[in-house]
Amino acid sequence: MFDTLAGLLVYQGLGLDPASRVGAALHFFVMDVAKIFALLVLVIYVVGLLRAMLSPERVREFVRGRPDWQARGLAVSLGAVTPFCSCSSVPLFIGFVEAGIPLGVTFSFLIASPMINEVAAVILVGILGWKLAALYVAAGLLIAWFGGLAMQAFKPERWVEEYVWKIQMGQVDLPEPDRSFAGRHHYAVAEVREILGRLWKWVFLGIGAGALFHGFVPQEWVGEHLGGDAWYTVPAAVGLGVPLYSNATGVIPVAEAMLGKGVAVGTTLALMMSVAALSIPEMLILRKVIKWQALAVFAGVLGVAFTLVGWGFNLIA
Amino acid sequence: MLPRNIRNEDMKNIKVLGGGCRNCEITAQVIALAAKQAGIEIELEKITDIAEIMGYGVMSTPGVVVDGKLVHSGGVPGPDQVRDWVEG
Repeated sequence: MFDTLAGLLVYQGLGLDPASRVGAALHFFVMDVAKIFALLVLVIYVVGLLRAMLSPERVREFVRGRPDWQARGLAVSLGAVTPFCSCSSVPLFIGFVEAGIPLGVTFSFLIASPMINEVAAVILVGILGWKLAALYVAAGLLIAWFGGLAMQAFKPERWVEEYVWKIQMGQVDLPEPDRSFAGRHHYAVAEVREILGRLWKWVFLGIGAGALFHGFVPQEWVGEHLGGDAWYTVPAAVGLGVPLYSNATGVIPVAEAMLGKGVAVGTTLALMMSVAALSIPEMLILRKVIKWQALAVFAGVLGVAFTLVGWGFNLIA
Repeated sequence: MLPRNIRNEDMKNIKVLGGGCRNCEITAQVIALAAKQAGIEIELEKITDIAEIMGYGVMSTPGVVVDGKLVHSGGVPGPDQVRDWVEG
């Protein structure tokens, strides 16, 4: 449907040649903009209607006071279904520390949260198919679990800023949400506006980058350099993702274009994860609560994990 | 005309909790606008100190506190909600 629409607009409407670079790029752009934004609105609305979005306050109540493995399991799975704005990382971190939740568990949550969320998962299925979506989600969950464990091994408590330990949190009694249909509908519409307002720039950027890659990077060049035979392509992809920042939804069209040109699956996944979860802005936000040593270890652990996962998938595929 | 900047004991106090994120700014603006439209004077404060914010039990900003009671947390509140706080 979206393919036909884009074809009609770009090839017939504008009279561009499907074989030309500009034509191919523009077709990709129009198709993905239509498809991704339609999916986004639909998914965010439905999730909002179900009131499935958990607040960080609720997550904290779920996780606190449990044995380590249970707390970690909950942190990873709840991190995967709660899309937080990275601006909430600081209160979230402090709230978890205050609740006595182990730091390793908190890191598991901080890894899972930007990398996986239900909105991105549905769009992954829509754009790349369920197999790749499942691979991405499974890899993300694994990395969040073991990444948190690895962080724990470094005893990161010594790197938490002093003032964090001193903060006392007040009791929360949040007002009961309106559970009528009208209330849910209002909430869902507000969610669509809020989340789209935050995402649209990243999604456009991602689609633009994907379209350029799709239209202008020759297939032969990709096959020769990014086919997955050379060991260094995966760490290079991870490294490339660090200065680049987007959210998990925004990188999907880039991955689509890369896979379409024959970039190896592991290399593509490594770049996606690195762009979504390992970024300088996110690190700078976390710097308010932990010292740079902890950030360096965090970046190192994630970089190694993404590389291993990328190599693993390239071997299997 | 009455002086408009004198602190009135009956005046409603609304605090917006948030460390300077964009949504926190928007929330403060929405509340100020609603009060102006309703012709009601309110005392509007922006709380940016993280310890104070957490003191209200809020982890997702922006949060809104009306007369010392937390009424909202996370995301920009809807216009109906804001009207209730200002007028209620």
